[in-house]
Amino acid sequence: MISLAWAAAFILLAPAIGGLIAGIDRKVTAHMQGRVGPSIFQPFYDVGKLFEKEGAMVNETQRFYVLSYFVFAVFAGAIFFAGGNLLLVIFGLTLAEIFLVLGAYSANSPYSHVGAERELIQIMAYEPMLLLTAVGMYVVTRSFDAIDIAGFPTLLVLLLPGVFLGFVYILTIKLRKSPFDISTSHHAHQEIVKGVTTEFSGPNLGFIEVAHWYEVVLMLAFVFLFFAANWILGIIAIIIVYLLELAIDNTNARVKWQLAVKSSWTIALVLGALNIAVLYLIGRA
Amino acid sequence: MDSVQFLLFLILFPLISALFMLAVRRDTERAWIVKLSALAIGVVTVLLLVTQVGQGTLYFGFNAEPVSLLMFVLEMVISVIILWYAVRFRNYLVIALTLVETALIIWFESAATPAVVVKSPLFLDPFSIIMALIIGIIGSLICVYSLGYMRHFYQHHTEIPDRTNTFFIIIFVFLSAMFGLVFSNSLIWVFFFWEVTTLCSFLLIGFTRTEEATKNAFTALWMNLLGGIAFAGAIVYLTYQPAGMLGLDQVLVSGKALVLIPAALIGFAGLTKAAQMPFSSWLVGAMVAPTPVSALLHSSTMVKAGVYILVRFAPVFTGTAVGYTLAFVGGFTFLIASGIAISQTNAKRVLAYSTIANLGLVVACAGIGTYEAIWAAILLIVFHAISKSLMFLSVGTVEHRIRSREIEDMNGLIVRMPRIAAMMTIGIAGMFLAPFGMLISKWAAIQAFIDAPFGLVFVVILAFGSALTLFFWAKWMGRLLAITPDAENVEGLVDKNEWIALVSLAGLTVVTCFIFPLISAYLIEPFLLANYGTVAGLAQDNIIIMIMMLFLIVLLPLSILLPHKKARTLPPYMGGVETTHDMHFQNALGARTEMKLSNYYVGSWFGEARLAMTGICLCSVFIVLMFAAAFIGGGAFL
Repeated sequence: MISLAWAAAFILLAPAIGGLIAGIDRKVTAHMQGRVGPSIFQPFYDVGKLFEKEGAMVNETQRFYVLSYFVFAVFAGAIFFAGGNLLLVIFGLTLAEIFLVLGAYSANSPYSHVGAERELIQIMAYEPMLLLTAVGMYVVTRSFDAIDIAGFPTLLVLLLPGVFLGFVYILTIKLRKSPFDISTSHHAHQEIVKGVTTEFSGPNLGFIEVAHWYEVVLMLAFVFLFFAANWILGIIAIIIVYLLELAIDNTNARVKWQLAVKSSWTIALVLGALNIAVLYLIGRA
Repeated sequence: MDSVQFLLFLILFPLISALFMLAVRRDTERAWIVKLSALAIGVVTVLLLVTQVGQGTLYFGFNAEPVSLLMFVLEMVISVIILWYAVRFRNYLVIALTLVETALIIWFESAATPAVVVKSPLFLDPFSIIMALIIGIIGSLICVYSLGYMRHFYQHHTEIPDRTNTFFIIIFVFLSAMFGLVFSNSLIWVFFFWEVTTLCSFLLIGFTRTEEATKNAFTALWMNLLGGIAFAGAIVYLTYQPAGMLGLDQVLVSGKALVLIPAALIGFAGLTKAAQMPFSSWLVGAMVAPTPVSALLHSSTMVKAGVYILVRFAPVFTGTAVGYTLAFVGGFTFLIASGIAISQTNAKRVLAYSTIANLGLVVACAGIGTYEAIWAAILLIVFHAISKSLMFLSVGTVEHRIRSREIEDMNGLIVRMPRIAAMMTIGIAGMFLAPFGMLISKWAAIQAFIDAPFGLVFVVILAFGSALTLFFWAKWMGRLLAITPDAENVEGLVDKNEWIALVSLAGLTVVTCFIFPLISAYLIEPFLLANYGTVAGLAQDNIIIMIMMLFLIVLLPLSILLPHKKARTLPPYMGGVETTHDMHFQNALGARTEMKLSNYYVGSWFGEARLAMTGICLCSVFIVLMFAAAFIGGGAFL
């Protein structure tokens, strides 16, 4: 726990950065589809408008779930940027996600119910790879602390190429991009409407959007860790990875959840576990 | 009180309570005896903690000859009782197993070798204290709960003759045997108490005397007898070893080569009692018994005896092929049982598979046997006992109220039975969410596995298993917390005794998360120091963050009390179809339909039959490998 300043910076700046990323995302996506697209500040206008709207809800408990989702998403990110334990970050993030899912369940609505089930399936799909990412970094650096991993002198990606690819694979799920935007989507073509967020509106939905920005920044920070030895390379990596996700998003149709789970697990086993196993054996020899 | 008096009190007092139950005629008398006994047992275990903590390991030597003789006689009585049941129900397998076991008992009891003489048959160390607390506090709370439950039970099942007294007698004997088991240094004594728990669980599972109950009771019996034979075999083997080898104090420090074979045999016995695959079916079948029995078997007794002995023998397992194969049995049981739990719609079956899975994790830790793994194993035992008993007792209460154990029928329970649903939410959170107990333990397990040689395989198993665990708990929790319109509160008057137990356990679930660093510092670490010469723990910073999260989780629900504008509530989105307030709508054919939701159970992937068969085959192979490794002397090649 070295850097409380970084944690504070995350809490204050992440929404701005996350919102901008969302804005650029929409602009680039529009260009890919041959449209002009909105201003890159559009996400801020959208969320701002959500906060002006009436706070109608299906039931009063939703307020609690949204607040908890928001608080723990921020908390998990803050632990990361303070240089804390990666496992703890992952557990915090999972806890946050569970609150979102419970909020969706609590509405007792068909669309949000299916969204909640699918969201859980998505968590089940990416969780092993996420844990293995932390484990891989530990095997190399002998520490779970973000601060130690960031301070490691060699580029982690060179030792953990499989883990990196595996992480990028599940990043698609975390960013809610096609082909894995199964529980809810940024695009309005879903047969389950807005899935897990169907029953949230007004300020509640605004909080969910902002919490998602925090999560995006946190996930991209994970990408940075693979390149932390050279921060310029790290930033370039983040940009390339994000553009890659956008390209995938725009060129793929949504798949069934079965394929999402099977492929994520296979990737975690083949790329993630195998990569770590090789390192492990080299380390022992 | 002298230390040894505590132990004798805890072993003998439940037997005295059982004797009193023989004389009881009226409900009020019974309630008083059960409550006072439970209180006495609970208070004495806490006193045991307060007075004995920090004393290290104490051995109590006395002339045990008469007691041992009495145990031998009682063991023969147990064999006769089991034989009587087996003959009555024509269960030839059980007859054969009992005869083999009895022969082994007579063999080692009649052998007069130096190994048989154990100077101190009883002992007390920090791990025994932890186990005693689990048995004493959780066991007593379950007794109190049973008072309310059994009354309801007989109101609902008028066809079954009232045998409440017998029920409590068996439970008190069970508790006594569990105390004996964790305080015994002599393996012959451990074995005696082990057999008593086998008999008690057989009687409790078959308690209702229905055809199904009898069948499942015999399944539990033959599997545990198989374990008993292995245990007795280990004792016979040790009888021909140097002096004092039948004492835990000697056998655990006498070098791996010498004790690997008996350790593997006792490991096998532990696997049967801890319901690991291929022996998991007895625990799933055991849920036909009244719910407090399930709570008892799953949390504080029986299965915990299995993992207790494995954790005791962990120093022998460390770094041996026997240990690793044992760990694989546990690891795969964890993974497969977690998967099966996803496909289960019956709440008690979900709980059963979750128990099997979590015990698998404990077994994996014990098999790895490093000090870090044992730290994780003991935390798992403690946290699992509390949350799981809370879950079982809550399900029992709900079952009596809504007449169903199906998770689908618990939809919107937070509206219909708000307080019980809150208890269950705490219990489920305790089982899988940060910053609660089981997650802390899993975290410790990851740390332990990753530092152990070849532990990576177990890290991968844990990563996948945790993902499965998360799915089945979260979807259950979601069902409980759904707000259904127009549902009535049917909680009514839940029995006072049931409330005492539920609220205490829910409180314990939360409180132990706050004080687990103390449990670790005063009980687990001294135990590790005595057995491994080194201690394990989580970094201070991380514990502080965990406790911060815990505070947040406790405080966030209070946010509802903050002043805020009351929001307008709107009905959920139904795709534009006109829907009444109670969620009825006109479907495409014009018929009135009720909107109904159901969880995913994914039977095609996680179906019980398919996965269980895989698990049974896989784990059987590892058990065979374990014995092969023990007999070749597998200590050498790792």
